[in-house]
Amino acid sequence: MVSNILAENNVNILNINQNILDGFFNMVMIAETSESKMSLKDLQQVLRQKGEEINLEIKAQHQDIFNIMHKI
Amino acid sequence: MITIHDILETNRMITENKLDVRTITMGISLRDCAHPNIKQFCQNIYDKITTSAEFLVQTGEDIEAEYGIPIINKRISVTPISIAAEACRTDSYVPVAEALDAAAKEVGVNFIGGFSALVEKGYTNGDRILINSIPQALAVTDRVCSSVNLASTKAGINMDCVREMGEIVKRTAELTRDRDALGCAKLVIFANAPGDNPFMAGAFHGVSEAEKVISVGVSGPGVVKRALEDMKGADFSQVAETIKKTAFKITRVGQLVAQEASKRLGVPFGIIDLSLAPTPAIGDSVAHILEEMGLESCGAPGTTAALALLNDAVKKGGLMASSHVGGLSGAFIPVSEDAGMIAAIECGSLTLEKLEAMTCVCSVGLDMIAVAGDTSAATISGIIADEAAIGMINNKTTAVRIIPVPGKKVGDSVEFGGLLGYSPIIPVNKFSSEGFIARGGRIPAPIRSLTN
Repeated sequence: MVSNILAENNVNILNINQNILDGFFNMVMIAETSESKMSLKDLQQVLRQKGEEINLEIKAQHQDIFNIMHKI
Repeated sequence: MITIHDILETNRMITENKLDVRTITMGISLRDCAHPNIKQFCQNIYDKITTSAEFLVQTGEDIEAEYGIPIINKRISVTPISIAAEACRTDSYVPVAEALDAAAKEVGVNFIGGFSALVEKGYTNGDRILINSIPQALAVTDRVCSSVNLASTKAGINMDCVREMGEIVKRTAELTRDRDALGCAKLVIFANAPGDNPFMAGAFHGVSEAEKVISVGVSGPGVVKRALEDMKGADFSQVAETIKKTAFKITRVGQLVAQEASKRLGVPFGIIDLSLAPTPAIGDSVAHILEEMGLESCGAPGTTAALALLNDAVKKGGLMASSHVGGLSGAFIPVSEDAGMIAAIECGSLTLEKLEAMTCVCSVGLDMIAVAGDTSAATISGIIADEAAIGMINNKTTAVRIIPVPGKKVGDSVEFGGLLGYSPIIPVNKFSSEGFIARGGRIPAPIRSLTN
């Protein structure tokens, strides 16, 4: 479902990782939005709505927040 | 490539451990707004602030959404009004405070700091008008914060001002008694005040700062506590290392936010203030970090040592994470804003005297201390003098934000609401300081001021 939304909006999935952490299922996708016409803000909104429909929390964040924290 | 572990760690810090950027603060110089007519001056500052900070709140919200990091406050600091307004022919700066309040509301920031005077060596006419205007200014405005710097390592302590500020605190409490003396929560009395502090209530845009500047205050006591939960029984070298690594990560987030805000607003980046700023929320407490180190309750013997280690490790970890570090940088210990401090006061393990000792090694001073309404002005001045002395001798910033709540006594508590939290009334030494405070004059600068 998430993949469909990304595909419809020309967002290219580079990597998918799934695991269970503290009893919660986590799926992490790393995606490329340079071909997409949709802004990150709008994409976040669409994903959040989808998450509410299917009772999941879906977040989209710019990768810089992770890079800056974990790479020197 | 980023790893899944990194992603989950960052998001756990944000969602479970309340990592956030506490404030983006835009400093704005008002030095070019001077005018003899106070009405025109007020119009000048209103126009300058609302133009300069028009997009501050929206930019903060955009960055918050894009990176998924909460940015709790967007704020403004301005040139100390005692300097900016000094050319006005008037005997009260209350209308200036009202103009600042109106500008803050127009642009949507929750606080504006800089209703301030720097009088560590003496008063100018503008300083006197400003200080006399403080009680009324804080009573008639909602978002204006005030501060007075009355001591420094270089200049010594202005004991005339120490005496006066005891009275100003009391008058401010009286004029805001219908709100449990909330005005006093917006008044900070400093020694060695930094001109680039982005945190309220003590923020002002220092006279040596640029025209406009963006500074960011980070937070994250919950993240440090969580990291220490995995270090049970470890020695202090390992504890310090863990805090340093955590502080580095927290500060990097602040650096990212500051860079982005600076770029998008077209305003130069000033500093990151690497502070652990607690909130009353559970899991956001500095006291709980100290307890995680092995103290039964904050205030127990060992608390000052634990805080010294924490304060130092936060700075060491954060320094390398940012290109410019400044402000207050360290661990704050505001009593009413920290669930662990509140609990420690309630159970009797934390006293005003222990808090004073802790201010020798924390980043600021006695902060958000609610005391009985019948505490005398001279006693408040005595507390201010003690803090100023600690700051002057130790070449550090200290401050007092004390709230004598009218009608309340020891055993009562007071609710300020929101980030300001609530607090039990803290007992104060009952012996008099009247004769000491009545002397006035200046305590000379200490020997360590002569460094040239």
